[in-house]
Amino acid sequence: MAKRIDVSGLSAYYGAHKAIDDISMTVEPRSVTAFIGPSGCGKSTFLRTLNRMHEVTPGGRVEGKVMLDDENLYGSHVDPVAVRRTVGMVFQRPNPFPTMSIFDNVAAGLRLNGSYKKSQLGDIVERSLKGANLWNEVKDRLNKPGSGLSGGQQQRLCIARAIAVEPDVLLMDEPCSALDPISTLAIEDLIGELKERFTIVIVTHNMQQAARVSDRTAFFNLAAVGQPGKLIELDDTERIFSNPSVQATEDYISGRFG
Amino acid sequence: MSHAIQDRPVSVAPRRGSLSHARLPRWTPAAIAAGSIAGGIGIGLGAGWHSKVQWGMIAALLFVIGTYALTSKVEGSRQAKDRVATSVVWVCFVLAVIPLLSLAWVTVSKGIGVLDGYFLTHSMNGVLDAEAGGGVYHALLGTIEQVLIATLIAAPIGLLTAVYLVEYGGGKLAQAVTFFVDVMTGIPSIVAGLFILATWNLILGFGPSGFAGAMALAILMMPVVVRSTEEMLKLVPNELREASLALGIPKWRTILKVVLPTAIGGITTGVMLAVARITGETAPVLLLVFGTKLINPNPFEGAQSSLPLYVYEQFAVGTDAAMARAWGAALVLIAFVMILNLVARGIARWKAPKTGR
Repeated sequence: MAKRIDVSGLSAYYGAHKAIDDISMTVEPRSVTAFIGPSGCGKSTFLRTLNRMHEVTPGGRVEGKVMLDDENLYGSHVDPVAVRRTVGMVFQRPNPFPTMSIFDNVAAGLRLNGSYKKSQLGDIVERSLKGANLWNEVKDRLNKPGSGLSGGQQQRLCIARAIAVEPDVLLMDEPCSALDPISTLAIEDLIGELKERFTIVIVTHNMQQAARVSDRTAFFNLAAVGQPGKLIELDDTERIFSNPSVQATEDYISGRFG
Repeated sequence: MSHAIQDRPVSVAPRRGSLSHARLPRWTPAAIAAGSIAGGIGIGLGAGWHSKVQWGMIAALLFVIGTYALTSKVEGSRQAKDRVATSVVWVCFVLAVIPLLSLAWVTVSKGIGVLDGYFLTHSMNGVLDAEAGGGVYHALLGTIEQVLIATLIAAPIGLLTAVYLVEYGGGKLAQAVTFFVDVMTGIPSIVAGLFILATWNLILGFGPSGFAGAMALAILMMPVVVRSTEEMLKLVPNELREASLALGIPKWRTILKVVLPTAIGGITTGVMLAVARITGETAPVLLLVFGTKLINPNPFEGAQSSLPLYVYEQFAVGTDAAMARAWGAALVLIAFVMILNLVARGIARWKAPKTGR
């Protein structure tokens, strides 16, 4: 459970276009690391390289090393499917499977991986939904379609679906940007609970959110439009928001960016 | 309905800056339509034209012109343009529906006479051309078997081709496949029939059979299935694929368990439309299945019949009894396709992604 991620010299490309350039950082286990930065600076791209989802995009290509504890995710014998079972992901827009019920959505990862015991499935689904703080709202309608839930509930359903396969790391790509403040609060509380068990990386445009939920914050920036994004600094969240060591970070946080 | 923005100088508006203005009552279009139909009939009778088509054209013209004249007088020019566009849409709709309704009406009125249990359960065995009686059982059986076999061949191949094109393709091969599928869409059915005749029957030496016809029908069906399935798969949001892949589900299972179920409603409809298309094919059946008056339940050996072929044969005979049988068979054919479509819609609705609480 909860592994350390050690990235060194990582660059990602879309075809010939370099999206992020030479990023090295360490993500501590059992903590929340937030990525902030302007649009197009490569936060999401970098996040997607951490579970090999970047290469799903046509033309997507990665150079460099991502060590999950002592295993290189981009090693020559590594199966991307196995990586994604270990490093789960929650997306910007809630995306429950429309053909499946709430129960089936949560069970999807286990069922479709074929790695489960039938007798345990109900327990795992209940545990995951409880873990996502959704159990009380849906326990009476587990057979109803997942797309009938509200946006915030759908996003928590997606989190339940992601943690049902017991990953070591949970990546979240702006998980609250499509949600109202109340649902956002619910998800932020949930992130606080989940970090006891998982390593969490979250991309957010909301700096208050980064300050509220994260232990460490990474600031990304790009020199100009069309240039690759770079990691500017990574430090304890408190330090980044009070006394950052780079001027660009302070400018961005205080709204003087651009 | 604002007059704050004028698209021509104020001449019809009562007051500049007013938000309200004269409106025609809701029943106006219906009244204009009734008036122009009456006008069309009146002018037609007065001028002594026999063709009802001319009456209809006059009525349609009167409808559009009358709408424009009345609206521009009362409501202003912008409203007039809007109403003219609406009236043109209505005229086009009626033009499209008239042939459909008249076709259905003619087929039902001429075919219903012979259509009974006997007609559906008996063949033409021993029935003379000029004689009344006989039935379509052998043709109906042949159609069902041939279409079923053609679907069993074409649907899986077409489905898998579409999956390849959407989920895996992207290179030169995918482009080539797309191009040839487009070419195949344009193959005349007689050419597909001749192709099977040349290979299966002449080179390999098999005789006429329902299976040979089914192969030609499969050739005609495949590109339609590929095209419609491709469009449906493209409609599946990429987010669902990513959500599934991010759970560590292999790509093939993602396609099988997430992508295809999400699109199954549209895919079923597409396959059924393709089935409807080949059900009415006559040319390849004529070449390959040959036609018979007898019941032949074995599609792999000996000549069979089929509904379109039966209609063609009876029409060629031309006696009153034969013509009645031809119309009856045409009605059975239309009903068959319609039932298939209804079944497909039922499946599509049943399998469609569910919404609501």
